[in-house]
Amino acid sequence: MSLDTVKNAEQTPDAAQPWAELGLKEDEYARIREILGRRPTGAELAMYSVMWSEHCSYKSSKVHLKQFGEKAPKNDAMLVGIGENAGVVDVGQGYAVTFKVESHNHPSYIEPYQGAATGIGGIVRDILAMGARPVAVMDPLRFGAADHPDTRRVLPGIVAGIGGYGNCLGLPNIGGEVVFDSCYQGNPLVNALCVGVMKHEDIHLAKASGPGNKVILYGARTGGDGIGGVSVLASETFDDTKPTKRPAVQVGDPFQEKLLIECTLEIFREDLVAGIQDLGGAGLSCATSELASAGTGGMRIELDTVPLRDHTLSPEEILMSESQERMCAIVEPGKVDRFLEICEKWDVIATVIGEVTDGERLEIFWHGDLVVDVPPRTVAHEGPTYHRPYARPDWQDALQLDAPTAERLARPGTGAELKDALLKVAGSPNQASKAWITDQYDRFVLGNTVLSHPEDSGMIRIDEETNLGVSVATDGNGRYTKLDPYTGAQLALAEAYRNVAAGGAKPLAVSDCLNFGSPEDPDVMWQFAEATRGLADACQVLGTPVTGGNVSLYNQTGEVAIHPTPVVAVLGVIDDVTRRTPIAFGEQGQLLYLLGDTADELGGSAWSQVVHNHLGGLPPKVDLQREKLLGDILIAASRDGMVDAAHDLSDGGLAQALVESCLKGGNGARVVVPEGLDPFVFLFSESAGRAVVAVPRSEELRFNDMCGARGLPATRIGVVDGDALEVQGQFTVTLAELHEAHTGVIEALLA
Amino acid sequence: MTTRVGVVTFPGSLDDRDAQRAVRLAGAEPVALWHRDKDLHQVDAVVLPGGFSYGDYLRCGAISRFSPVMDTIIEQAKLGMPVLGICNGFQVLCESHLLPGALTRNDSLHFICRDQKLRIENAETAWTRDYSAGQEITVPLKNGEGRFVADERVLDALEAEGRIVARYLDVNPNGSYRDIAGITNAAGNVVGLMPHPEHAVEELTGPTTEGLGFFTSVLKQLVNA
Amino acid sequence: MARVVVDVMLKPEILDPQGQAVQRALPRLGFTGIADVRQGKRFELELEGPVDDAALARIREAAETFLANTVIEDFTVRIEEDGK
Repeated sequence: MSLDTVKNAEQTPDAAQPWAELGLKEDEYARIREILGRRPTGAELAMYSVMWSEHCSYKSSKVHLKQFGEKAPKNDAMLVGIGENAGVVDVGQGYAVTFKVESHNHPSYIEPYQGAATGIGGIVRDILAMGARPVAVMDPLRFGAADHPDTRRVLPGIVAGIGGYGNCLGLPNIGGEVVFDSCYQGNPLVNALCVGVMKHEDIHLAKASGPGNKVILYGARTGGDGIGGVSVLASETFDDTKPTKRPAVQVGDPFQEKLLIECTLEIFREDLVAGIQDLGGAGLSCATSELASAGTGGMRIELDTVPLRDHTLSPEEILMSESQERMCAIVEPGKVDRFLEICEKWDVIATVIGEVTDGERLEIFWHGDLVVDVPPRTVAHEGPTYHRPYARPDWQDALQLDAPTAERLARPGTGAELKDALLKVAGSPNQASKAWITDQYDRFVLGNTVLSHPEDSGMIRIDEETNLGVSVATDGNGRYTKLDPYTGAQLALAEAYRNVAAGGAKPLAVSDCLNFGSPEDPDVMWQFAEATRGLADACQVLGTPVTGGNVSLYNQTGEVAIHPTPVVAVLGVIDDVTRRTPIAFGEQGQLLYLLGDTADELGGSAWSQVVHNHLGGLPPKVDLQREKLLGDILIAASRDGMVDAAHDLSDGGLAQALVESCLKGGNGARVVVPEGLDPFVFLFSESAGRAVVAVPRSEELRFNDMCGARGLPATRIGVVDGDALEVQGQFTVTLAELHEAHTGVIEALLA
Repeated sequence: MTTRVGVVTFPGSLDDRDAQRAVRLAGAEPVALWHRDKDLHQVDAVVLPGGFSYGDYLRCGAISRFSPVMDTIIEQAKLGMPVLGICNGFQVLCESHLLPGALTRNDSLHFICRDQKLRIENAETAWTRDYSAGQEITVPLKNGEGRFVADERVLDALEAEGRIVARYLDVNPNGSYRDIAGITNAAGNVVGLMPHPEHAVEELTGPTTEGLGFFTSVLKQLVNA
Repeated sequence: MARVVVDVMLKPEILDPQGQAVQRALPRLGFTGIADVRQGKRFELELEGPVDDAALARIREAAETFLANTVIEDFTVRIEEDGK
């Protein structure tokens, strides 16, 4: 069959086209015809179909995501906001930091190793495209039940993929999460975060301007990776000699990506690019249309000049290919030679594939024939918008009424029962040590890692002279969010904010990865609407704007959706990383203070899950002003040397925090239950806005004065002491027993 | 005159900047060397840093070993120039046959990153003179293919000639024969080490600062030479 | 004892970073004229019993479910004759 050129499309207006197979709705196809004034060519149809997909166009979510902009708190630190590859934040001393969290859920279920690996590759290129040197990665992960056979298939592959790619790239992995819950069976969540650092003047944007400027594609050759659906088109355009089935799986080459990073940074240093974009989902379709759309509009591409790995690829397939480790740059003609020279130095293939024109159309040629002629905005930025119906699920009330009261769920009453519950929680897959996983990641490379897992946040030094640093924490609790999506999303933000502050850094900005089920289900859409509203409201109060992120929908098996899981990343800045606060109880004799208020809040708690396999009631209440105050106190205490350890209280409550801080420091603690507080509630409640800190005796007065003056409840609950955790009058558990319960759990299940 | 220590960057080297930092903290001047450049730019010693040169494809270090810079380094090493290969650099030294044996996949089959205790067995090499024999140190270890293997005859010879520079203590993290973490050539100027001393040079970022001794050792060696 | 060899290769359309790195290095070492390199794995299975159809079917199943990742890899099964 002959090439479907624009001319051909004009002459054969009634030719049948596989728009439905490509995932377009009938009215969407009609709109494309209306925009073009004719039927689209095969290549145009391919471009529109992929760019108008949920994944690229955010068509179901964008009416809700708007709030992140509308409600954004005024924040002088924001240099680049939502809409670019990633947001950019001013961290002082001329430095800017960019960070973003993104999902790679479905590919990681199909092929765990490559799915997770290419997830890292994609987010790293996003950061690189902003002009920044990537300096660290993190991976918030969620899996099905830890003892399910499929988790045994998925988890080791994903962990090996993250390590295999990230380690080879030379980026320290400094944090993240690992959560098990049967709701993620068949829908593991593989989110990946990258942080990058640059000087203000190095910020680069994805836009193509300046007619005559060249479009350069560089990096890996283009193969048939990830073009699955588009082969519908291709199958008609070539004979039988090509592979019958195109791979849906992309394979990552971290070595190529490492070269791409070093090569691109050298190109930035010599100021050789006018605009730059990475190639991710939708490959060249996305890069060319977005660059042109954000620029002056006109671009001409000679598609047959694209270096190929597979010479049987059709123009449609080349446009759709998701081959990894590729970038697209806009370069002034006088700088092209130097650009190509640097690429040659790094063994990176680079090819001029087109140029910016003074028109307003994106024109793509195949051996001289025009195969695409579109207004780029209609492809990249003016896709469809849906107002999906949503409604509070009819089961929501019943779920919230099923509260974990003492009558509903038996609570431990005696000291022995409390000890038993503490060991059970500390040894459950969600609360147990994740060292078996995180020890497969390099946390040292680049030599700037100040804090990494299992600390509350990951912290990186960005200037060796001044000790300026940044820290990042990611959090999300699907159980809380299922109980109340509005509050659950706020709790995710509150926890990440608290984690950053606990390390001593000042929270500045947010990136989010919103993992939900099908938007076509009004229940799910309600969860999404509530969670985004909650998050936008909370960001406003905390003064931390959302700078970017990603939405992942359709995470469900049949009719059953995952728990709504907004994962929130908070970025903070610390002027002097040597003042950071670790979680370890490092010195005997230091005084333990519990900051914040503890109420009977067990809905969605770790205890209710581990001991009773129960989910019901309401999640802990959120008091954002209190979170802010707690954050301020933690940061001041760190800066002024008033605390030597701080650990945020979240899942598993105080009990879990004590276990982790004792084990990390190799010191025990003697703790007293404050008067009027039930020992069980004291140990296992998950009330928000709390942290436990270790205060040197010499600082007690000053610390107490500060908390008193600012109005933050601070209760002295004990002392770092001995080699056991003792809750006076209740039980004593040795560090050896804790270690035995807390470690080895994951490998026993999965190794 | 400041001592100049070259740090080679191969495509895929990762810990090159870290090695440069360690050289600087030890009081020497780090000099970046590029794999395509045969010229060593008057350096007094060379570090082959960790990483995944050429993606560790084919075999770790196998492609780097044929780079132009290695031709000169092999030549100079044979004439006595101090050369330290860390992790991937150790693999390059074995592939170059400057050191015997080979490094293979960890017995756990997993990449492993941990704080590792070592015992310095030979404190007379160019890179270990600042330690004392039997001294125990803790430095980071991170590798996927760090299991040192060689035939019995070679292992016995290494033992007999005191060419085992460091051994793993407490835990053998990768299944290395005879707990070997590092070895030297007969002359003591070429050392290969699987763990990463360059990541234990600052209180802030390393588990200890006990790795600095490798870099201060070579300074003394050169000053005294 | 009979030996059955299972060769596992990445499917032709799947990117093979290792093969590409080797291919790029070959000309630098003076080995020219090699258009493409792909790297695979070879498994040698020593059977306790005879190599009959049932045994081969079992090995194919093992290759399909375990030795190869058929999402991205193809495999072939062949008997290695004695004396080779």
